[in-house]
Amino acid sequence: MTAEPLLSVSDLQVRFRIGGMMSALAGRRTEIDAVAGVGFTLERGQTLALVGESGSGKTTLARAVNGLQPVAGGSIRFEGRETRDLTKAEWKPLRRKMSMMFQDPVGSLSPRLSVRSLLAEPFAIHGLSGRSLEAEVERLLALVGLPRDFADRYPHQLSGGQARRVGVARAVALDPVLIVADEPTAGLDVSIQGEVLNLLNDLRDRMGLSMLIITHNLHVVRQIADRMAVMYLGRFVEEGETEAIFQAPHHPYTAALLSANPEPDPDKVHNRIALPAEVPSLLDRPAGCEFHTRCLFAQDVCRTQAPAPSVAGSSRLTCHFPLNAGLSAAQTIAAS
Amino acid sequence: MSEQALVDRPPRERFAKAGRILRRIIREPLGAFGLTLVVIVVLSALFADVLASYPPTKLAPAERFAPASLHHLLGTDHLGRDLFSRVLHGGRIALAIALGATGLSLVGGIVLGLIAGYGPRWLDNLMLLLFDAIKSFPTVMLALTLVTLTGPSLLAVLIVVVLVNVPGYARIIRTQTLVLKSAEHVMAARSMGASTARILTVHILPNVIGPILILASMDIPVVVAIEAGLSFLGLGVRPPMPSWGSILNDGFVNIRDSYWIVIAGGLPIILTTLGFTFLGETLRDVFDPRLKRRT
Amino acid sequence: MTVLDIKDLSVDFATETGTLQALRKVNLEVPSNRIVGVVGESGCGKSTLINAILGLLADNGSVTSGQILFEGESDLARLDGDGMRALRGQRIATVFQDPMGALNPVLSVGKQMRDIQYRSGRSRKEKDALSIEMLRKVRIPDPERRLAQFPHEFSGGMKQRIAIAMALLMRPSLLIADEPTTALDATLEVAIIELLKDLQKQIGCSVLFISHHLGVIAELCDEMIVMYAGEVVERGSTRDIFHNPRHPYTRKLLACDPARLSRREPRLPTIPGTLPDLRNRPKGCVFQARCELADDVCSKMPPDTVLSASHVARCWHAGETAGAAA
Repeated sequence: MTAEPLLSVSDLQVRFRIGGMMSALAGRRTEIDAVAGVGFTLERGQTLALVGESGSGKTTLARAVNGLQPVAGGSIRFEGRETRDLTKAEWKPLRRKMSMMFQDPVGSLSPRLSVRSLLAEPFAIHGLSGRSLEAEVERLLALVGLPRDFADRYPHQLSGGQARRVGVARAVALDPVLIVADEPTAGLDVSIQGEVLNLLNDLRDRMGLSMLIITHNLHVVRQIADRMAVMYLGRFVEEGETEAIFQAPHHPYTAALLSANPEPDPDKVHNRIALPAEVPSLLDRPAGCEFHTRCLFAQDVCRTQAPAPSVAGSSRLTCHFPLNAGLSAAQTIAAS
Repeated sequence: MSEQALVDRPPRERFAKAGRILRRIIREPLGAFGLTLVVIVVLSALFADVLASYPPTKLAPAERFAPASLHHLLGTDHLGRDLFSRVLHGGRIALAIALGATGLSLVGGIVLGLIAGYGPRWLDNLMLLLFDAIKSFPTVMLALTLVTLTGPSLLAVLIVVVLVNVPGYARIIRTQTLVLKSAEHVMAARSMGASTARILTVHILPNVIGPILILASMDIPVVVAIEAGLSFLGLGVRPPMPSWGSILNDGFVNIRDSYWIVIAGGLPIILTTLGFTFLGETLRDVFDPRLKRRT
Repeated sequence: MTVLDIKDLSVDFATETGTLQALRKVNLEVPSNRIVGVVGESGCGKSTLINAILGLLADNGSVTSGQILFEGESDLARLDGDGMRALRGQRIATVFQDPMGALNPVLSVGKQMRDIQYRSGRSRKEKDALSIEMLRKVRIPDPERRLAQFPHEFSGGMKQRIAIAMALLMRPSLLIADEPTTALDATLEVAIIELLKDLQKQIGCSVLFISHHLGVIAELCDEMIVMYAGEVVERGSTRDIFHNPRHPYTRKLLACDPARLSRREPRLPTIPGTLPDLRNRPKGCVFQARCELADDVCSKMPPDTVLSASHVARCWHAGETAGAAA
């Protein structure tokens, strides 16, 4: 193993232009920072989950990592190589090592291609036609537990779970080292969700994959991720070991997200941290701590001064008044 | 394994699908009628040499204005040419222009539409401007201008039709391409490193081509009518080449003494446009019932 | 009193490849002032059930047996289009997953809320006052000003709340909520659940709540039914079903929810096997192919085993100890 982490992102910024010339002329802001200074590292074999509400920038971040989204600032290093200014041709060899899975299990498969063609596509793109494609297709189908005759099916003939398996097979076709998965279990029934997560866990163990998983389902995070990062308005508010964060979240937003999980027990007493107000617009970020408009513990200082990044236990976070400070210290000791 | 084999459907499935579509067309009375007409027109054009009993341009002054008989199934015209033979050969030209022009328009529309839809924003805007500019010319004006410049010829007819059709096709392809550009399966292909050519041909084109093929099949009768119209005005196919439009014109001049010439020129135009229209509409209903409800 | 009483409802769809038996002898009661949940995975017949209640079955679908009694009188399965339209939106209201289905993008929220009250005979002012009151109930801040705004000016969570306000405007006796929180983030989901709970108490309507999210059902509903392959396999109080599930499918479904696991597991539970073909339903129990308890008796149609006054499971083995199945 090299000293260099597999993926290292620092101060990443992604900007979107919104509105047209008219709003620019009217003096309105025409750019939003969908990702505003995010940094993290992903070690080989590790799984990091990105969680947060819709619009928090998770998907944009994932696409930036995958080179599908132009980056406005910061750096993304994959296997030690800066990917920011790579040309399309320079990206291509990297794409063998880094694959992406998209949200919609059926929609991310080209509708007019058979499963056989879909699975053979990565080989065709990377000019690996030398291998026996038929054998590769069979190997991949077996890998994700689909019968061989599925090769002749078309995406619309697959259920959500089956389509997701094809998506997984395609993602691992070229033995990548990193899989970026955007909501890999969205829209799947719970029993199928379990199957897909088991499959991903299996493949990761067998192939030594690293995974960057985007989800808003915290239960999924707990079952699959070593580390998790909570995004709010395009920034990480807390990032650390999954289990530690579940036991003792430090950022009030993390705590609110965790407490908002409806649990399958009618007698459960919920100590909910209700989040008041709406998510602020990216066009009009709050001053100070950006979470203060919804935070139950906000003080004066939160409204004026942005909190500096700090460390509590295994977590990095940005909050003036972290929760569970004592608890995490105790845990850190117990864990070490 | 070639790229092509990769995207092709297994042949058995393709035949099965074609069979299913054929059966659904035949089940519709209009579809069956249209298909029959089209098959007759196409076959008679293909085998014009065999079916025609005289060369289409052979003059026989002795037999001028002969009415229909066993010798001349549709009679003869003012130069004594056999009208049945002229109609068959005229059908060849009508179909050749209709299919050729529609085919060329399709290729042009698809290529330009893909470029406009997938290319950069400025190029898209520029091309839209161009399409709209061409579309804003009335067809007849365009045809007259072109013929004035180049003189009447088959080629002029072809160019007019292509010019008129391409912008519409390109717009349809462009709109759908724009939608698909950000679809997940296209993003997925990009994330795998697929080239732009591959994305356009494998991941976008097969998904946008359906509606435009149906539209093109419904445009064939329009092209037949344009060719006949231009030839009628003497701006299309040059005599003595046979064309339904010029036969119609010959008949029009002599309508008082010999009505059959107009029938010989008009009937094939009506039957052909009817046939292709019914077939096109049935195809549309079979493939994309949503379009039906809208119109 | 029972607001909605569905008895032995069966629905078929005619398809090119045969008759699809979408619902089979569904029994469901929604008592007044109660929230009843419907859970089940894709293909279990939830949507068909709702469409049958609302008289919105596709052209190739038909009710082949049973009745849908609304407020003890009208049988919705036999009601004609006009009769149904008079009930929909007035006595029976709906909220769907996508709030934009209920909102017209080109009309202001205020106008749409006035339009719903067209039968009320109120003046414009009274209608607006009621709309404002309703918007306040669903916690839309500054409702007087918001009334003039258009749907796109609201966030996703607010749109869903407006859809709920519009649904409850005419004080319906039954609200059908079809996955109303599925498209929302967890924090908004929780807010909508609490809102629905509150409003249901205030307005005193009954709610039929459809979801595949077990946690949401557990939190919101008083009673629930579990559906599988077009049949109600178990019904009872939410407490009964979550604490003492008797049908093997219910047990497996509950076990699959990762929310039940308090720590990371090497393997998540799943339900091996697939749904039966609804064109060719198995004889006897629908779940037998995937059930560990299945034996010879299961090839005969299982009875609705009554476990307590309200708790019923359609299984030959429902009375056996839970330990044997787990």
